[in-house]
Amino acid sequence: MARRDLPEINAGSMADIAFLLLIFFLVTTTMDTDKGISRKLPEKQDDIDPPILKEKNVFIVTVNRNNDILVEGDYFMTVDKLREEAIKFIDNGGGFGNPIDGADPAECDWCEGAKDPKSSDHPNKAVISLESDRGTSYGTYIAVQNELVGAYTFLRNRLSEKLYDISYTQMIKDNKNHPSLKLKDQITNIKKKYPQIISEAEPTK
Amino acid sequence: MSKFRKKKKGFPAISTASLPDIVFMLLFFFMVTTVMRETTLKIQKPQLPFATEVKKLERKSLVSYIYVGKVKGQGGDKIQLNDRISDVKDIKYFIFAERDTHSEDEIPLLTTSIKADIETNVGTITDIKEELRNVNALKINYSTLTGDVMKNISK
Repeated sequence: MARRDLPEINAGSMADIAFLLLIFFLVTTTMDTDKGISRKLPEKQDDIDPPILKEKNVFIVTVNRNNDILVEGDYFMTVDKLREEAIKFIDNGGGFGNPIDGADPAECDWCEGAKDPKSSDHPNKAVISLESDRGTSYGTYIAVQNELVGAYTFLRNRLSEKLYDISYTQMIKDNKNHPSLKLKDQITNIKKKYPQIISEAEPTK
Repeated sequence: MSKFRKKKKGFPAISTASLPDIVFMLLFFFMVTTVMRETTLKIQKPQLPFATEVKKLERKSLVSYIYVGKVKGQGGDKIQLNDRISDVKDIKYFIFAERDTHSEDEIPLLTTSIKADIETNVGTITDIKEELRNVNALKINYSTLTGDVMKNISK
Protein backbone atom coordinates (compact mmCIF):
# COMPACT_ATOMS: atom_id res chain seq x y z
CA MET A 1 0.00 0.00 0.00
CA ALA A 2 1.29 3.35 -0.91
CA ARG A 3 2.24 5.65 1.89
CA ARG A 4 0.22 8.78 1.70
CA ASP A 5 1.67 11.81 3.41
CA LEU A 6 -0.67 14.40 4.64
CA PRO A 7 0.22 17.67 3.02
CA GLU A 8 1.79 20.03 5.51
CA ILE A 9 -0.13 23.15 6.31
CA ASN A 10 1.65 26.19 5.08
CA ALA A 11 2.72 28.21 8.09
CA GLY A 12 4.18 31.02 6.10
CA SER A 13 1.41 33.44 6.94
CA MET A 14 1.68 32.80 10.65
CA ALA A 15 4.06 35.71 11.00
CA ASP A 16 1.59 37.99 9.27
CA ILE A 17 -1.21 37.03 11.60
CA ALA A 18 1.01 37.46 14.62
CA PHE A 19 2.14 40.83 13.33
CA LEU A 20 -1.43 41.94 12.93
CA LEU A 21 -2.23 41.04 16.51
CA LEU A 22 0.98 42.57 17.72
CA ILE A 23 0.20 45.86 16.07
CA PHE A 24 -3.30 45.82 17.53
CA PHE A 25 -1.96 45.42 21.05
CA LEU A 26 0.79 47.93 20.47
CA VAL A 27 -1.77 50.52 19.49
CA THR A 28 -4.28 49.83 22.24
CA THR A 29 -1.82 49.45 25.06
CA THR A 30 -1.60 52.21 27.61
CA MET A 31 1.04 51.94 30.21
CA ASP A 32 -1.26 53.24 32.87
CA THR A 33 0.30 55.00 35.79
CA ASP A 34 -1.21 53.76 38.96
CA LYS A 35 0.96 55.64 41.32
CA GLY A 36 0.20 58.58 43.47
CA ILE A 37 0.22 60.21 46.84
CA SER A 38 -2.11 58.36 49.17
CA ARG A 39 -3.96 60.33 51.78
CA LYS A 40 -6.73 59.55 54.17
CA LEU A 41 -9.47 62.08 54.58
CA PRO A 42 -10.64 62.90 58.09
CA GLU A 43 -13.99 61.53 59.07
CA LYS A 44 -16.92 63.83 59.09
CA GLN A 45 -17.61 65.01 62.61
CA ASP A 46 -20.27 67.25 63.95
CA ASP A 47 -19.56 70.00 66.39
CA ILE A 48 -16.39 68.75 67.91
CA ASP A 49 -14.25 71.46 69.34
CA PRO A 50 -10.88 71.40 67.72
CA PRO A 51 -8.18 70.55 70.23
CA ILE A 52 -6.26 73.51 71.47
CA LEU A 53 -2.71 73.48 70.24
CA LYS A 54 0.17 75.62 71.22
CA GLU A 55 1.20 77.92 68.46
CA LYS A 56 4.75 76.67 68.48
CA ASN A 57 3.56 73.15 67.76
CA VAL A 58 1.84 74.15 64.55
CA PHE A 59 3.71 74.65 61.32
CA ILE A 60 1.46 76.65 59.04
CA VAL A 61 2.02 76.41 55.33
CA THR A 62 -0.16 78.70 53.27
CA VAL A 63 -0.39 78.58 49.52
CA ASN A 64 -2.13 81.53 47.93
CA ARG A 65 -3.79 81.84 44.56
CA ASN A 66 -0.60 82.99 42.91
CA ASN A 67 1.02 79.75 44.07
CA ASP A 68 3.29 81.53 46.53
CA ILE A 69 4.14 79.56 49.62
CA LEU A 70 4.06 81.32 52.93
CA VAL A 71 5.42 79.61 56.01
CA GLU A 72 4.18 80.43 59.51
CA GLY A 73 2.43 83.46 58.03
CA ASP A 74 5.80 85.05 58.08
CA TYR A 75 8.10 84.44 55.17
CA PHE A 76 7.85 83.29 51.58
CA MET A 77 9.58 80.16 50.52
CA THR A 78 10.18 78.10 47.41
CA VAL A 79 9.03 74.50 47.28
CA ASP A 80 12.51 73.04 47.32
CA LYS A 81 13.26 74.59 50.73
CA LEU A 82 10.03 73.41 52.27
CA ARG A 83 11.10 69.86 52.99
CA GLU A 84 14.16 70.98 54.89
CA GLU A 85 12.13 73.45 56.92
CA ALA A 86 9.48 70.85 57.74
CA ILE A 87 12.14 68.40 58.87
CA LYS A 88 13.64 71.02 61.14
CA PHE A 89 10.24 71.69 62.64
CA ILE A 90 9.15 68.08 63.21
CA ASP A 91 12.50 66.94 64.47
CA ASN A 92 13.03 69.83 66.85
CA GLY A 93 12.11 68.02 70.07
CA GLY A 94 12.24 71.07 72.29
CA GLY A 95 10.05 69.75 75.08
CA PHE A 96 7.90 66.90 76.31
CA GLY A 97 5.61 64.94 74.04
CA ASN A 98 2.25 63.34 74.46
CA PRO A 99 2.46 60.20 76.58
CA ILE A 100 3.15 57.07 74.55
CA ASP A 101 1.51 53.82 75.74
CA GLY A 102 0.51 55.36 79.05
CA ALA A 103 4.05 56.23 80.02
CA ASP A 104 4.93 59.61 81.41
CA PRO A 105 5.42 62.37 78.89
CA ALA A 106 9.01 62.14 77.81
CA GLU A 107 11.46 64.02 75.75
CA CYS A 108 12.12 62.95 72.20
CA ASP A 109 15.38 61.04 72.62
CA TRP A 110 15.56 60.03 68.95
CA CYS A 111 15.28 63.55 67.60
CA GLU A 112 18.34 65.21 66.19
CA GLY A 113 16.90 68.70 65.92
CA ALA A 114 18.00 71.94 67.45
CA LYS A 115 15.82 71.58 70.60
CA ASP A 116 14.72 75.13 70.12
CA PRO A 117 12.12 75.96 72.79
CA LYS A 118 10.35 78.21 70.31
CA SER A 119 9.69 75.37 67.87
CA SER A 120 7.80 72.08 68.25
CA ASP A 121 7.94 70.06 71.46
CA HIS A 122 7.84 66.57 70.13
CA PRO A 123 7.13 64.80 66.79
CA ASN A 124 3.84 63.51 68.15
CA LYS A 125 2.75 67.03 69.03
CA ALA A 126 4.00 68.67 65.88
CA VAL A 127 1.16 69.46 63.51
CA ILE A 128 1.63 70.63 59.97
CA SER A 129 -1.27 72.71 58.84
CA LEU A 130 -1.76 73.21 55.14
CA GLU A 131 -3.92 76.10 54.05
CA SER A 132 -4.69 76.54 50.43
CA ASP A 133 -6.75 78.84 48.32
CA ARG A 134 -9.44 77.71 45.92
CA GLY A 135 -7.45 79.27 43.13
CA THR A 136 -4.18 77.50 43.89
CA SER A 137 -3.06 75.31 41.05
CA TYR A 138 -3.21 71.58 41.64
CA GLY A 139 0.41 71.15 40.60
CA THR A 140 1.65 73.40 43.38
CA TYR A 141 -0.69 71.80 45.86
CA ILE A 142 0.65 68.34 45.02
CA ALA A 143 4.22 69.64 45.17
CA VAL A 144 3.65 70.98 48.68
CA GLN A 145 1.94 67.79 49.82
CA ASN A 146 4.77 65.78 48.34
CA GLU A 147 7.40 67.78 50.21
CA LEU A 148 5.57 67.45 53.50
CA VAL A 149 5.14 63.70 53.13
CA GLY A 150 8.75 63.59 52.00
CA ALA A 151 9.87 65.23 55.24
CA TYR A 152 8.20 62.48 57.25
CA THR A 153 9.64 59.77 55.01
CA PHE A 154 13.10 61.21 55.48
CA LEU A 155 12.81 61.21 59.26
CA ARG A 156 11.32 57.73 59.37
CA ASN A 157 14.03 56.38 57.13
CA ARG A 158 16.73 57.94 59.24
CA LEU A 159 15.37 56.56 62.49
CA SER A 160 14.74 53.17 61.00
CA GLU A 161 18.26 52.92 59.68
CA LYS A 162 19.59 53.81 63.09
CA LEU A 163 17.44 51.31 64.94
CA TYR A 164 17.16 48.42 62.52
CA ASP A 165 19.82 49.05 59.85
CA ILE A 166 17.19 49.09 57.15
CA SER A 167 15.31 51.99 55.68
CA TYR A 168 11.64 52.45 56.44
CA THR A 169 10.72 52.40 52.76
CA GLN A 170 12.54 49.11 52.33
CA MET A 171 10.78 47.69 55.38
CA ILE A 172 7.39 48.53 53.92
CA LYS A 173 8.38 46.87 50.68
CA ASP A 174 9.66 43.76 52.43
CA ASN A 175 6.57 43.53 54.56
CA LYS A 176 4.44 43.56 51.44
CA ASN A 177 6.38 40.71 49.86
CA HIS A 178 7.00 38.63 52.96
CA PRO A 179 4.79 39.83 55.80
CA SER A 180 6.15 39.07 59.23
CA LEU A 181 5.26 40.08 62.74
CA LYS A 182 8.70 41.44 63.43
CA LEU A 183 8.58 43.82 60.47
CA LYS A 184 5.08 44.86 61.35
CA ASP A 185 6.12 45.72 64.89
CA GLN A 186 9.09 47.68 63.64
CA ILE A 187 6.92 49.62 61.22
CA THR A 188 4.38 50.47 63.92
CA ASN A 189 7.16 51.56 66.20
CA ILE A 190 8.61 53.94 63.64
CA LYS A 191 5.17 55.26 62.78
CA LYS A 192 4.53 55.93 66.45
CA LYS A 193 7.78 57.79 66.83
CA TYR A 194 7.14 59.99 63.80
CA PRO A 195 3.39 60.10 63.32
CA GLN A 196 2.34 61.88 60.17
CA ILE A 197 0.11 64.73 61.27
CA ILE A 198 -0.85 66.89 58.34
CA SER A 199 -4.00 68.87 58.75
CA GLU A 200 -5.72 70.58 55.89
CA ALA A 201 -7.75 73.67 56.47
CA GLU A 202 -10.74 74.65 54.43
CA PRO A 203 -9.45 76.69 51.52
CA THR A 204 -10.00 80.40 51.42
CA LYS A 205 -12.26 81.68 48.71
CA MET B 1 32.21 17.17 -14.63
CA SER B 2 30.21 20.23 -14.45
CA LYS B 3 27.22 18.34 -13.24
CA PHE B 4 28.30 18.41 -9.63
CA ARG B 5 29.82 21.80 -9.57
CA LYS B 6 27.42 24.13 -8.01
CA LYS B 7 27.33 27.70 -8.95
CA LYS B 8 27.99 29.94 -6.03
CA LYS B 9 26.35 33.19 -6.64
CA GLY B 10 25.14 35.84 -4.21
CA PHE B 11 24.51 35.40 -0.49
CA PRO B 12 22.28 32.69 0.85
CA ALA B 13 18.96 34.04 2.05
CA ILE B 14 18.70 34.56 5.80
CA SER B 15 16.26 32.13 7.24
CA THR B 16 13.13 33.86 8.48
CA ALA B 17 11.73 30.73 10.04
CA SER B 18 12.17 32.11 13.54
CA LEU B 19 10.47 35.38 12.72
CA PRO B 20 7.05 34.15 13.89
CA ASP B 21 8.62 33.13 17.18
CA ILE B 22 10.06 36.55 17.75
CA VAL B 23 6.84 38.24 16.81
CA PHE B 24 4.88 35.94 19.08
CA MET B 25 7.18 36.71 21.92
CA LEU B 26 6.57 40.42 21.48
CA LEU B 27 2.88 39.77 21.05
CA PHE B 28 2.63 37.91 24.33
CA PHE B 29 4.56 40.63 26.10
CA PHE B 30 2.13 43.26 24.97
CA MET B 31 -0.88 41.05 25.59
CA VAL B 32 0.19 40.51 29.17
CA THR B 33 1.14 44.10 29.95
CA THR B 34 -1.73 45.76 28.17
CA VAL B 35 -4.41 47.47 30.20
CA MET B 36 -7.59 48.19 28.38
CA ARG B 37 -8.82 51.58 29.41
CA GLU B 38 -12.20 51.12 30.94
CA THR B 39 -13.56 54.51 30.19
CA THR B 40 -13.14 56.75 27.23
CA LEU B 41 -12.05 60.20 28.24
CA LYS B 42 -14.50 62.95 27.54
CA ILE B 43 -12.25 65.58 28.98
CA GLN B 44 -8.85 66.41 27.60
CA LYS B 45 -6.26 63.95 28.78
CA PRO B 46 -5.14 65.31 32.14
CA GLN B 47 -1.50 66.16 32.47
CA LEU B 48 -0.79 64.58 35.84
CA PRO B 49 1.50 66.39 38.28
CA PHE B 50 4.83 64.99 39.33
CA ALA B 51 5.73 63.70 42.77
CA THR B 52 8.44 61.62 44.38
CA GLU B 53 6.76 60.16 47.47
CA VAL B 54 4.48 57.92 45.47
CA LYS B 55 2.81 54.73 46.44
CA LYS B 56 1.67 52.13 44.01
CA LEU B 57 -2.00 51.33 44.02
CA GLU B 58 -2.32 47.70 44.85
CA ARG B 59 -5.55 45.97 44.02
CA LYS B 60 -6.92 47.55 40.92
CA SER B 61 -10.39 46.17 41.32
CA LEU B 62 -10.78 48.24 44.47
CA VAL B 63 -9.95 51.53 42.81
CA SER B 64 -12.45 53.91 41.28
CA TYR B 65 -11.29 56.81 39.19
CA ILE B 66 -12.39 60.40 39.09
CA TYR B 67 -10.99 62.43 36.23
CA VAL B 68 -10.70 66.18 36.46
CA GLY B 69 -9.69 68.34 33.56
CA LYS B 70 -10.79 70.73 30.91
CA VAL B 71 -13.13 70.28 27.99
CA LYS B 72 -12.16 71.87 24.72
CA GLY B 73 -14.02 75.08 24.13
CA GLN B 74 -15.44 75.28 27.62
CA GLY B 75 -14.11 77.08 30.63
CA GLY B 76 -13.71 75.74 34.12
CA ASP B 77 -12.78 72.33 35.45
CA LYS B 78 -14.94 69.40 34.53
CA ILE B 79 -15.32 66.16 36.41
CA GLN B 80 -15.74 62.89 34.61
CA LEU B 81 -17.24 59.86 36.32
CA ASN B 82 -17.48 56.70 34.25
CA ASP B 83 -18.38 57.85 30.76
CA ARG B 84 -20.02 61.14 31.50
CA ILE B 85 -19.09 64.64 32.41
CA SER B 86 -20.74 65.02 35.78
CA ASP B 87 -21.43 67.41 38.53
CA VAL B 88 -19.79 67.29 41.95
CA LYS B 89 -23.12 66.21 43.41
CA ASP B 90 -23.10 63.04 41.32
CA ILE B 91 -20.03 61.76 43.10
CA LYS B 92 -22.03 60.23 45.91
CA TYR B 93 -24.12 58.17 43.48
CA PHE B 94 -20.94 57.16 41.71
CA ILE B 95 -19.46 55.94 44.99
CA PHE B 96 -22.65 54.12 45.93
CA ALA B 97 -22.68 52.43 42.54
CA GLU B 98 -19.06 51.37 43.03
CA ARG B 99 -19.87 49.98 46.44
CA ASP B 100 -22.73 47.94 45.05
CA THR B 101 -20.34 45.98 42.91
CA HIS B 102 -18.20 44.98 45.88
CA SER B 103 -18.86 42.79 48.85
CA GLU B 104 -19.49 44.25 52.26
CA ASP B 105 -16.05 43.55 53.70
CA GLU B 106 -14.26 45.19 50.78
CA ILE B 107 -15.99 48.53 51.17
CA PRO B 108 -13.52 50.04 53.67
CA LEU B 109 -10.71 49.14 51.31
CA LEU B 110 -12.15 50.99 48.34
CA THR B 111 -9.84 53.74 47.15
CA THR B 112 -10.74 56.70 45.02
CA SER B 113 -8.03 57.80 42.66
CA ILE B 114 -8.18 61.42 41.58
CA LYS B 115 -6.63 61.94 38.19
CA ALA B 116 -6.56 65.67 37.91
CA ASP B 117 -4.82 67.95 35.51
CA ILE B 118 -1.89 69.94 36.79
CA GLU B 119 -3.70 73.23 36.19
CA THR B 120 -6.91 72.34 37.96
CA ASN B 121 -7.96 74.66 40.75
CA VAL B 122 -7.59 73.29 44.24
CA GLY B 123 -11.17 74.43 44.86
CA THR B 124 -12.51 71.75 42.55
CA ILE B 125 -10.42 69.13 44.31
CA THR B 126 -11.66 70.35 47.68
CA ASP B 127 -15.26 70.06 46.54
CA ILE B 128 -14.60 66.48 45.46
CA LYS B 129 -12.92 65.67 48.75
CA GLU B 130 -15.78 67.20 50.72
CA GLU B 131 -18.26 65.13 48.73
CA LEU B 132 -16.21 61.99 49.36
CA ARG B 133 -16.11 62.74 53.06
CA ASN B 134 -19.87 63.05 53.09
CA VAL B 135 -20.25 59.47 51.87
CA ASN B 136 -17.37 58.23 54.01
CA ALA B 137 -15.12 57.26 51.13
CA LEU B 138 -11.98 58.33 52.93
CA LYS B 139 -9.16 56.58 51.14
CA ILE B 140 -7.97 58.72 48.30
CA ASN B 141 -4.98 58.79 46.05
CA TYR B 142 -3.79 61.76 44.05
CA SER B 143 -2.62 60.17 40.86
CA THR B 144 0.79 61.45 39.85
CA LEU B 145 3.74 60.67 37.65
CA THR B 146 7.11 60.03 39.19
CA GLY B 147 9.38 63.00 38.74
CA ASP B 148 10.77 66.15 40.22
CA VAL B 149 8.14 68.34 41.85
CA MET B 150 9.72 71.47 40.50
CA LYS B 151 8.29 70.51 37.13
CA ASN B 152 4.84 71.22 38.54
CA ILE B 153 5.64 74.81 39.12
CA SER B 154 7.84 76.09 36.34
CA LYS B 155 5.27 78.10 34.48
